[in-house]
Amino acid sequence: MTTLHSTQGSSQADPAGHLTSEDIENLGRELDAIRAEVIASRGERDAAYIRRVITGQRKLELTSRAILLFSLFPPAWIAGTAGLSISKIVENMEIGHNVLHGQWDWMRDNTIHSTTWEWDSASPSEMWKHSHNELHHTYTNVLGKDHDLGYGIMRVDEGQKWMPLYLAQPLWNFINACLFQYGIAAYDLEIGKQLKGRGDKAEFRRNGKKVLAKVRRHVTRDYVLHPLLSGPSALTTVTANLTANLVRNLWTHSVIMCGHFPEGVQTFEKTSIDGETRGQWYLRQMLGSANISGTPLLHFMTGNLSFQIEHHLFPDLPSNRYAEIAPQVQELFGRYGLTYVSGSLPKQVASAWKKVFTLSLPNDFARKAREAATTAVAHASVTTSVTRAVFGTSTISTEAA
Amino acid sequence: MATTAPRPTVAGALHDRLVKFAERVTTPLVPADYLDIIDPLRSGAALRGRILDIHPETRDAVTVVIKPGRGWRGHTPGQYVRIGIDVDGVRQWRAYSLTSETTRADGCIAITTKAIPGGAVSNHLVRHATAGTIVQLEQASGEFTLSHPVPPKILFLIAGSGITPVMGMLRNMTDAGSDIVVLHSAPTAHDVIFGAELKLMASEGRIRLLERHTDTAGILDVSRLADIVDDFAERQTWACGPAGLLDALEQRFAQDGIADRLHTERFRPTIIATGDGGTVTFAKTGTVVDADGSQTLLDAGEAAGVLMPSGCRMGICFGCVAPLRQGAVRDLRTGQVTNAADGVVIQTCISAAAGACDIDL
Repeated sequence: MTTLHSTQGSSQADPAGHLTSEDIENLGRELDAIRAEVIASRGERDAAYIRRVITGQRKLELTSRAILLFSLFPPAWIAGTAGLSISKIVENMEIGHNVLHGQWDWMRDNTIHSTTWEWDSASPSEMWKHSHNELHHTYTNVLGKDHDLGYGIMRVDEGQKWMPLYLAQPLWNFINACLFQYGIAAYDLEIGKQLKGRGDKAEFRRNGKKVLAKVRRHVTRDYVLHPLLSGPSALTTVTANLTANLVRNLWTHSVIMCGHFPEGVQTFEKTSIDGETRGQWYLRQMLGSANISGTPLLHFMTGNLSFQIEHHLFPDLPSNRYAEIAPQVQELFGRYGLTYVSGSLPKQVASAWKKVFTLSLPNDFARKAREAATTAVAHASVTTSVTRAVFGTSTISTEAA
Repeated sequence: MATTAPRPTVAGALHDRLVKFAERVTTPLVPADYLDIIDPLRSGAALRGRILDIHPETRDAVTVVIKPGRGWRGHTPGQYVRIGIDVDGVRQWRAYSLTSETTRADGCIAITTKAIPGGAVSNHLVRHATAGTIVQLEQASGEFTLSHPVPPKILFLIAGSGITPVMGMLRNMTDAGSDIVVLHSAPTAHDVIFGAELKLMASEGRIRLLERHTDTAGILDVSRLADIVDDFAERQTWACGPAGLLDALEQRFAQDGIADRLHTERFRPTIIATGDGGTVTFAKTGTVVDADGSQTLLDAGEAAGVLMPSGCRMGICFGCVAPLRQGAVRDLRTGQVTNAADGVVIQTCISAAAGACDIDL
């Protein structure tokens, strides 16, 4: 009998431990049926949806940028910046992310296709598709293989080894959030690997050139050309575009953190996916993802990544269908005795940030600090005991998770 | 053949500079992506058209009137146009003969479509399409046109929807002065597309109309063509209809030594040779498909979501060629098998897998 072995601290039981192999394969078949139903009914209504979204987003962007030509006037600055922020968010999330997943390739329209779409974000589409579609979606939440677990700059699971640099991870997370489109590009470049001396140097140079070229084009567009076109409003257009990019970065970062960091999401050992069946893959996606609950507007603004579970089960189904299949998926969770992790946006964001703070310290830091203090008090010499406890041979920082 | 490039002008250079600047402003999109929202039919856009009107011709055929974008370069009567239309959300491309006068005041073009059983696009056009729909277009093409000078004696030998390119020619031949015989086969009188118009042309003396209703008179026997049109051998013949009819005609004319007097237009490639099929790998996208021996690589790839270039979908225009990197494919029209080698390209629209193969798409 093989069950998926997930890790969530040594104290918690395997949330899928009650499922037999047969249960898991039946689960897989039921999920396959949901997928088949969506594919069979894909048609005019879905095509009309994405076309409407794309047309709407481009109209919003044109209008916002036109308004920002007069950004010197505060109402124009506010309206234009708000519109441009929303336009960038929609282009990245509901449109770009989903088109690049191939969700709309079935339409055979070469202007809305994963092989031709270049999205409005610093990371070139081809590179992002590799790290996202090929790596993250295949190795979802597998420690050591899915680097979305912390992006290499943070520790988000007790199964990940602690290092002193993680002490400042709330700061790294905040910086990453502010510069998120560049953070994604750096991540897709696998800079961490390069810094460790691994990774193909020639490929890194090639990809690095592509990233720099795209960044140069986008920076020129937002901070040189549009300001130039704005004449007297040049400086305020710069601040407007800076703000819009920042808003997009902060929003997308927050939504993406909610996908796999909140409390209740499982991570998995590398060895547990050897010989993984389709049913087991589905199960890992179910346990390794978390949803955000809210209004249809919220779902739209998150690019339907609020349905992270449904997206991870069916990454290439049209995003407008996730809301429709969510009740069926939730029912499956219930019937198979699994927990459907979901919460409001503030709750999930707070949960994710809490993890960033608590795991910036080594595992069980609170307990070990208390023990050290208790030991010191029991001995007469408080100072030396505490000092030895903290800086001596049994310093907490050398205890690996 | 030497070609000379147009001499660069100041206006041209300025235009190029403006376009480059506009591209830098719209990156990662191109200006067209925004302009298309404002005016999809403008000159300089990818060629499109807007359906203005759809009216029935028979119980299962309609004429679709389309206003083409301003980049439309016109057509020669008898030619066809490739149309890309979204059916159930999926973009499908088909070729239809142009039936309109080239001198239409409103600048519109017209095609006439007959619903084929199981045909996705033809049934959509006949039963569901609405005016206002934007369709993709390509410039007119095809060689099924009148020769110049116009021959003095002409035979238009057509069946079913094969009448459409001929109607395109007839409507543009008002002052030809030739002796024209139109021999047309359709199941019943009600199925004759443009039946009334043909009768009118006949009554005006522009054509001699011979209408056969195959439900009662049976399929045309090509060997007895002289009984129906006694001087057919003296005429230049343009024929369009089912593959069987065209095959028989080509054989007959060849036998009689007058193959050069027959011009045919086929709407479907003749498939004669299917085999075992195999696993097709589309190298650039990494998509792998199991295709059977009668499925074209084009259909297999499209069904799997691969972006496949295509043209006439019949093996004529070479718009679908792709390099064959590994394995072998079979030409469905002839059975000929092509093996992969450096520089070997194949037409995906009339080829099926002959075992495992690897296409560079």
